[in-house]
Amino acid sequence: MKVWALHLAVVAALFALQFVLPPYHATNLARIMVLAVFAMGYNIAFGYTGLLSLGHAVFFAAGMFGMGLPVWHLDWTALPALITGLAAGGLVAGAVGLLALRTAGVSFMIVTLMFAQAGYLLLLYFGAVTGGDEGFVVETSSRSVFGWNLSEDGPRYVAALTLFAAALLSCLWLVRSPFGRVMVAMRENEDRSRMLGYNPFRVKLIALVMSGLYAGAAGAVYGLLFGYVGATFATIQYSILPMLYVLLGGAGTVLGPLLGAAVVFYLIDITSAFTDAYFFVVGASLVALVLFAPKGILGTIRERVAAWLP
Amino acid sequence: MTRKLTGLTASRRAVLQGAGAGLLTAGFVAPIWAQAAPIKLGFQLHRTGIGAAYGRWYERTAQAALKMVNDAGGINGRPVEIVFEDDGTDPKRGAEVVEKLTRQHNCDLIFGPLFSHVVIGSAPRAGELKVPYLVCSEGFHVAGGKLNRWSMQPGITDVRAQVQSMAPWVLANLGKKVTMVFPDYAFGHDHRDYFTAAVEAGGGKVLAQIAIPPTETTFTRYMPQIPTDTEVLYHVMVGPAVLTFVKELGEFYGSGAKPQIFGFIDSLEAVDMASPGLEFLEGSHFWEGHCRNKQPDAPDYEATYRAAVGVDDNGASVSDPKDISTYGHMFSVWETLHIIKAGMESAGYQGAADRQKFVEAVEAMTVIPASLAHVQGEKVFNGKTHQVFGLQFISRVEGGKLVKVHTSSMEDGMYPDAVDFSTQSF
Repeated sequence: MKVWALHLAVVAALFALQFVLPPYHATNLARIMVLAVFAMGYNIAFGYTGLLSLGHAVFFAAGMFGMGLPVWHLDWTALPALITGLAAGGLVAGAVGLLALRTAGVSFMIVTLMFAQAGYLLLLYFGAVTGGDEGFVVETSSRSVFGWNLSEDGPRYVAALTLFAAALLSCLWLVRSPFGRVMVAMRENEDRSRMLGYNPFRVKLIALVMSGLYAGAAGAVYGLLFGYVGATFATIQYSILPMLYVLLGGAGTVLGPLLGAAVVFYLIDITSAFTDAYFFVVGASLVALVLFAPKGILGTIRERVAAWLP
Repeated sequence: MTRKLTGLTASRRAVLQGAGAGLLTAGFVAPIWAQAAPIKLGFQLHRTGIGAAYGRWYERTAQAALKMVNDAGGINGRPVEIVFEDDGTDPKRGAEVVEKLTRQHNCDLIFGPLFSHVVIGSAPRAGELKVPYLVCSEGFHVAGGKLNRWSMQPGITDVRAQVQSMAPWVLANLGKKVTMVFPDYAFGHDHRDYFTAAVEAGGGKVLAQIAIPPTETTFTRYMPQIPTDTEVLYHVMVGPAVLTFVKELGEFYGSGAKPQIFGFIDSLEAVDMASPGLEFLEGSHFWEGHCRNKQPDAPDYEATYRAAVGVDDNGASVSDPKDISTYGHMFSVWETLHIIKAGMESAGYQGAADRQKFVEAVEAMTVIPASLAHVQGEKVFNGKTHQVFGLQFISRVEGGKLVKVHTSSMEDGMYPDAVDFSTQSF
């Protein structure tokens, strides 16, 4: 009960913040919530199942282009396009998983990295269809859902929060479910899990597909809320970012991705005013965290203060 | 002694007069400047990332233009400030920077981005925030209708105009059988499409189009694809691999017969023409947006501009001859700031509520005469497509210097309007 109350309180607080924050920070928070969903997806694969991927950008981009291309070329409306975006993320994750999950550890990292790079180059190669490196604008007229114009601040914030809340609560349900515990079992000791009768390949594939669905949903919604779809979202940088969010916030914690995304976003936003080397600051923070709090912010809090945190 | 001192000491009348003058000055002049809130211009800067070489010089040019504008009394009698924010040459961060400049720094407008993907990624947010967004990009995205009414490109011509302006001279002077080598992404595709069309319209023929994937670091395997009857090799290769490309091209042709070579200076912006490996370019030709080496027929104000932005007659930094400028493009920042001044003064700009008036004032601009403010040359602004048109230059590499051999006409770069922003709502 305490767990659900905490997470619902976080959602309620996020809802209230839109009325309190200055517009600049409210829009930032909308971005952070969508990026946190991306990170939650990464957390399902890495934090809970132990799949250290370097290719999640391709799932995010699959969702973004899965939404954007039908809108651009087929004049689809936003809602069905969001569904194709979500499905594209899951499908690409499933396809990558079928091949990449034959490997593990460092090999899995390299194979997923290669798939992501291949996805990025495909987007460039088929530039006539995808907009190539320039990408394309999602017209404002195509960015309405149920009559809400998502290019406006209020509806955009609520849409981001709706996605975030749905993702957060289903993630909480998932990790507390029997399957969630099997995912953790895979992370902790795959051989023992297999001996207990679980099929590691099947469990990891399902986890990766769920992870891809999260990333795809985030990509689709990000493109729709901010009106741009581009191949840069498929570059390695966007595979590293969710990992940073999760490591900083706390791998294997449900709220860690939100915290990590917010910390990294504002680290970049604030430090870029003082130095060109703002990614160095992010990296240095990560190194410091790994040295002094290797379980991330919420992971450390769970270890020392609140063992009940999921 | 006392008398002498008394002689040097100001009389009571002089003190009163001086104090009075001081009070008058302080009372009327200084407070007007001090009380007038500065006009804040946001600069979306590629300080890091792939555009950093351009960004460094764009920032210097913006600072120089800012000093000139403020020294001349600012805009509408108000001082001007520029807030620089690094976008990492990334479209996601670019949109965030547009947000930050508009809502956190309360800038009146935003200008300065170069790379097309950053422009296309950021323009939707500028449109939503209803903040003027003046790009220095040379992309065809503005005139191509991809953006919105708040986005304009008044300081530099677009790649379509540049490319098609080159074709008549290339066909008449270098040859009619052309092979094109270009990067396999949007910038290269613009070259491929518009130059091919212009060549065919001029009675020439493009024999081969060789697209180089952006991840390529060596080009040897592409050289045999160049048809042997090629008369002109057209190249545009933006990025660090350009030195390798030129070196390998030289190795491929050796001392034997080779086609005429025509390239876009984009490949060699911020690169010293005297760099080892570039000897092969001696005698070849380049498009230049603005001649890097000061030409004998340069107008007087060219020297003033070079001094202001800290560039010597060879296009290098006055403080470091090895620091080569992005001279062919950075004038766009200088000219855009002067367009901003002219547009704001024409609109009687007072604050954010007048942003729409500013856009309409720029849309009303037509002929822009050459001057220190428009140092690259005369221009014509198309208020419907939000794109400026101007003159282009072709230079020949002679002794490691770029010597101008041709100036295109304004008409060479004109093409039918693809969009009419002036009919779109704000």
